[in-house]
Amino acid sequence: MTRDSHDVIVKTLARLLMPFMVVFALYVVMHGHHSPGGGFQGGVILAAGFVLLVISHGLEQTRKRMSEKVAEIISSIGVLIYGGIGVLCLILGGNYLDYGTLSKLLRVTPAEARSLGILGVEIGVALAVMAVMCTVFFAIFTAGESSQDDRSVK
Amino acid sequence: MILSFDLILLLFVFICAIAAITIRDLLSAVVVLGAYSFFMCLLWTEMAAVDVAFTEASVSAGIGTVLMIGAVSKTKRRSND
Repeated sequence: MTRDSHDVIVKTLARLLMPFMVVFALYVVMHGHHSPGGGFQGGVILAAGFVLLVISHGLEQTRKRMSEKVAEIISSIGVLIYGGIGVLCLILGGNYLDYGTLSKLLRVTPAEARSLGILGVEIGVALAVMAVMCTVFFAIFTAGESSQDDRSVK
Repeated sequence: MILSFDLILLLFVFICAIAAITIRDLLSAVVVLGAYSFFMCLLWTEMAAVDVAFTEASVSAGIGTVLMIGAVSKTKRRSND
């Protein structure tokens, strides 16, 4: 299942579906504060794109695009964006994640600042969820290979 | 909210839940669990909890099924108990 499939139909369909999946995921993230959806669901749909890539092009090909180390860095960046926006609100004199205070920095009305602040948080959540889902997925599908190495070390 | 539609969906959820824990073939059990998540998603939508339904559809029926298929592929397909 995780090897490179030589099926033209599967590869072409994956290539056609992938951009639509990514655009839909970005739509879900961007409209999270107006409509159903948000960072978590958008991140999961982004991770589903990587699952499609693994099924059609194999695990090795996918790891070139998204290795475990890159996934760790992206998940940390996501948490940093979330926490950073919260602390920025603290620095500007409000409560943690009180986006209204961001209006001084962004030069917009407090209502617009709240909308932009929660959008930034959603983007952070989406990045973290996508990277962690990819990490879990890689960990499960490479379980047999790495555990044997661990056993030989012991 | 339509009561008869709710009851039919609840019946499907019930059937899928019972089937998922009684089937001996683990891969079939995972697929039935995916169907369970999908009916649960329809039930959430019908009860006007669209955000929860979205999460159920993307996480449980999407990624969760794939992860469980991966876990089954690392073990035997038949359950022993």
